[in-house]
Amino acid sequence: MVLPGTPASPLRVAIIGSGPAAFYAAEHLLKRDDLVVETDMFERLPTPFGLVRGGVAPDHQKIKSVAAAFDKVAAAPRFRFYGHVEFGKDVTLADLREHYHQIVYATGAQTDRRMGIPGEDLRGSHPATEFVAWYNGHPDYQDCRFDLRQERVAVVGVGNVAVDVARILCRTPEELVATDISEGALEALTQSRVREVYMLGRRGPAQAAFTNPEIKELGELAGADIVVHPEEVQLDELSRAALEKGQDRATQKKVEILRGYAQRTPSGKPRRLILRFLVSPVELVGDAEGQVVAMRLVKNELHATAAGTLQPKPTDKTEELPVGLVFRSVGYKGVPLPGVPFNDSWGVILNDKGRVLDPETRRPVLGEYAAGWIKRGPTGVIGTNKPDAAETVVAMLEDLAQGAVLAPAHPEAAAAEALIRRRQPNYVSYTDWRRLDELEVARGRAAGRPRVKFTRVEEMLAALGPA
Amino acid sequence: MNIASLLATKSGSPITIRPEQSVREAVALLSRHNIGALIVVNAPGTPVGIVSERDIVREAARNEQVFTRTVGDIMTKDVITALPQDDLISVANTMTERRIRHLPVVDGGKLVGIISIGDVVKAQRDKYRGEVETLETQILADQP
Repeated sequence: MVLPGTPASPLRVAIIGSGPAAFYAAEHLLKRDDLVVETDMFERLPTPFGLVRGGVAPDHQKIKSVAAAFDKVAAAPRFRFYGHVEFGKDVTLADLREHYHQIVYATGAQTDRRMGIPGEDLRGSHPATEFVAWYNGHPDYQDCRFDLRQERVAVVGVGNVAVDVARILCRTPEELVATDISEGALEALTQSRVREVYMLGRRGPAQAAFTNPEIKELGELAGADIVVHPEEVQLDELSRAALEKGQDRATQKKVEILRGYAQRTPSGKPRRLILRFLVSPVELVGDAEGQVVAMRLVKNELHATAAGTLQPKPTDKTEELPVGLVFRSVGYKGVPLPGVPFNDSWGVILNDKGRVLDPETRRPVLGEYAAGWIKRGPTGVIGTNKPDAAETVVAMLEDLAQGAVLAPAHPEAAAAEALIRRRQPNYVSYTDWRRLDELEVARGRAAGRPRVKFTRVEEMLAALGPA
Repeated sequence: MNIASLLATKSGSPITIRPEQSVREAVALLSRHNIGALIVVNAPGTPVGIVSERDIVREAARNEQVFTRTVGDIMTKDVITALPQDDLISVANTMTERRIRHLPVVDGGKLVGIISIGDVVKAQRDKYRGEVETLETQILADQP
């Protein structure tokens, strides 16, 4: 058998998803000078970039600048983008096997973990990710409603999503207008009556997941004073010992910053952001209409596990925090794709270094691979996906060298395009996306903002005109 | 990052052996799977010890008949175990300080995985690489 990867017979790769892992996988494949590779990228939405567009906070435009690197990947002549084409619906796994030698799943981790406490589904209790997707203009979340007439809000968790949500809730209209936050969210947040935002960590300050730049930013908000209870940033014996032993300068600094906040006297800004530690929600309390009115918290103590991690243990002390709006941010997990083996315990596609494995035999499934969060779980930063995707591409090329690739009946770019055009006549190409991008930036310019996003699929398709 | 996230990146189930099996069988398993330690489990599958290359070398140094001994004779019995919710960083410290190269991961008394010091090093390397990559991309994007 003649291996694909030559000018006469390019290696054809389908990539599902268009976030960082998808683009890095495409980049690693397209930059090979010993192989001719064609990558077709499938995205359910008309717009690319996954969480770079829909997750990264709008007041962190600098982090979104990675999109410029993705534009360079997309400029390669053998790269195609098929936006507004859904895997499992518009194109199936069987279709892809007919048209590609290899398939890469890079669909991310799309659902949040639950707290598992009574009252979690009361009105006013939401996954933080829904709020994030809403304010970032994700079309699936534009009908979500968050009751910002409430004065007191709790954000459960101290990871980067929790920090983003708390910070956005505290931003002033002047700060928000300078971002690319969706127009609907800008309007709703401008009228927000939120006065107190509580961020709740189950462990102490030394164990909190937020980074030092994130926590410093919270202390510099124009419209909100940061409040920390001095007794909650006093380190217990175990934390102090761990900190001294570990010589972890970043954590020492984090504790220092938080202690500094505990010394501050509020300066009378309109909002307050209260960081709480060593507390876990045990119940959300509702009123007769099923609306959250309070959260019951238990105070925790830390204990060391056998392997030396400090974990929370509930005490018998409880308190009630009156809040009318709750955002939970206690972790994420992947969702299974139709027909693709899944590891339920860890919420990832079952894989070995990116090769999808058959759950029965634990042998690789021919021609199928995974990259990014759906491969390793929701850890790391945007750049973590570059080495992650590189590992997957190494596996793909090893398999290619062994001849272990699919044998598609129609391995021509034109055949795939014809199929997609039949299934989804309104598919969005990368050229189309660049036009949408320019239109969004132009709308932003007119409004004195970095960008004004299209937030509805119909709106995007209408802006592009007839297919 | 916690141990559960690390286990998510490992495809295989932990390789186990029973205490009554021979050291010869243990050596064969270590060699076949190209690993450095086996979790020793009893009939219901509960971990009762760990047997590593080092345990076997130590026994071989004083006993020519090492291969015919049982795993139960030479295994390390007081095994430190990790939980899925343990932090990677504190586990890394514990493994370094106590010179432990393999930790069984147990959830509700059940063995769910094993992590080696190599896994811990790889996870930390990947974390730092990701951070460097992110910062580099941002710095380059700032340039005209």
